[in-house]
Amino acid sequence: MDWLFVLMPIAGVKIFWPGLIILGIGVGVIGGFFGMGGAWMVTPGLNILGFPMAFAIGTDIAHMAGKSLISTMRHGKFGNVDYKLGMIMLIGTVVGFEIGAQMIMFLERMGIVGPVVRWMYLVLLALIAWMVFADVAKKRRKEREAIAAGKEVDKLSTGIEWHKTLHKIKIPPMVTLHTAGITCTAWLPIMVSFFTGWLAGILGIGGGLIRMPALIYLIGCPTHVAVGTDLFEVMISGLYGAASYTFKGRTELVAAIIMLIGAAMGAQVGSVATKYIKGYGIRIAFGLAVVGCFISVLLKLIPNYIPGLYAICDAIATVLILGLVAAMSIYITVKMVQGAAKEVAMKKGKV
Amino acid sequence: MPVVKRLALTLTTLCLTAKTALAAGGGGEYIVIVADTRKLTGLMAWWANLYNESHLYFTLLTVVLIPVIGVIFGVLADYIMHFIGIDLSSRDLAEH
Repeated sequence: MDWLFVLMPIAGVKIFWPGLIILGIGVGVIGGFFGMGGAWMVTPGLNILGFPMAFAIGTDIAHMAGKSLISTMRHGKFGNVDYKLGMIMLIGTVVGFEIGAQMIMFLERMGIVGPVVRWMYLVLLALIAWMVFADVAKKRRKEREAIAAGKEVDKLSTGIEWHKTLHKIKIPPMVTLHTAGITCTAWLPIMVSFFTGWLAGILGIGGGLIRMPALIYLIGCPTHVAVGTDLFEVMISGLYGAASYTFKGRTELVAAIIMLIGAAMGAQVGSVATKYIKGYGIRIAFGLAVVGCFISVLLKLIPNYIPGLYAICDAIATVLILGLVAAMSIYITVKMVQGAAKEVAMKKGKV
Repeated sequence: MPVVKRLALTLTTLCLTAKTALAAGGGGEYIVIVADTRKLTGLMAWWANLYNESHLYFTLLTVVLIPVIGVIFGVLADYIMHFIGIDLSSRDLAEH
């Protein structure tokens, strides 16, 4: 069975390569579907496969850049990427991220960073999960009320509509974002991206998990455009991150390429699945992913207060994350196959 | 002790102290990792040697290779999806 293992030239460890492909497929599906890099899912997976921690993050970011490029290409063809919005947001993201990273280094020197950041992350995840499910509940209530009043249900209606209030701000310059179907002050995407970039810098994460809901609830993008535009941002920040980590000697390109083989397939499945699943279906699944992430961060925090629980909490967190990745990937793949089969059958019927 | 000797000793001490401090802290950013090329042959050995010799060239090649491989896989998957019969040019669903 030696052929199932490949020697990593830089890290010097033998890795079970089918495991890398399976992991790549899983995060590719989820990333292409939700519009996020998914570092919180990949790192425990790489650890289980025996990857040294020093290389796990760099390798993850390198494969993330390639995977996001594939997903962006696909979403771009569907008209889901607002490149103008993406470029405007890039300014705020980069500046915000740098300020956040500098702030965290300052806090690190003061020795108060560790658990504070994790608690902050928890609060943020709880807020995002609440926002998503409150939005879904509000939309359903609107639909029930419309049906009760004998009116037609508006397919374009949304639950939470904070973006409508924010669109009332008319500070020049104003921008029209055609793909997203929005006209607003340019300061709105700049400030939102600055804020999400700052949070990502402070929390030490890619930011897709924060940017995706921010694009929906604060800027007012339709869900599919939020996913596509977020992936465009992840692609650029991923390339920058890959360069940075590789220069520090922390990237195992061979592993990243093997993962990319799986991620290429997964990213296609995830991106194409958005063609068949309604915007609110994506939001609900995204909310569940955020809840999964919340629980895994919480499990990592508990041993700080009860050290005896470290081993069990670590095991539960790993099983939970990998279980969540597997369950979501299967759900998205099944939906994609069902939708594609229906589309192909309809085409054949027309001929 | 001659001035040159004292200066050399001071500089060596400063360098060693800085290196020790960096190795102890800084989130492990400055740890030098060397790839073991003894068990590698062919392309893998060349790749590991490149890593050991120049992180700059290694980085440049990595940053070029990732998007190129991404595009190749993307185009390949495009071809497969088109072959299956999935319409990749439009998305019918239009809702938030």
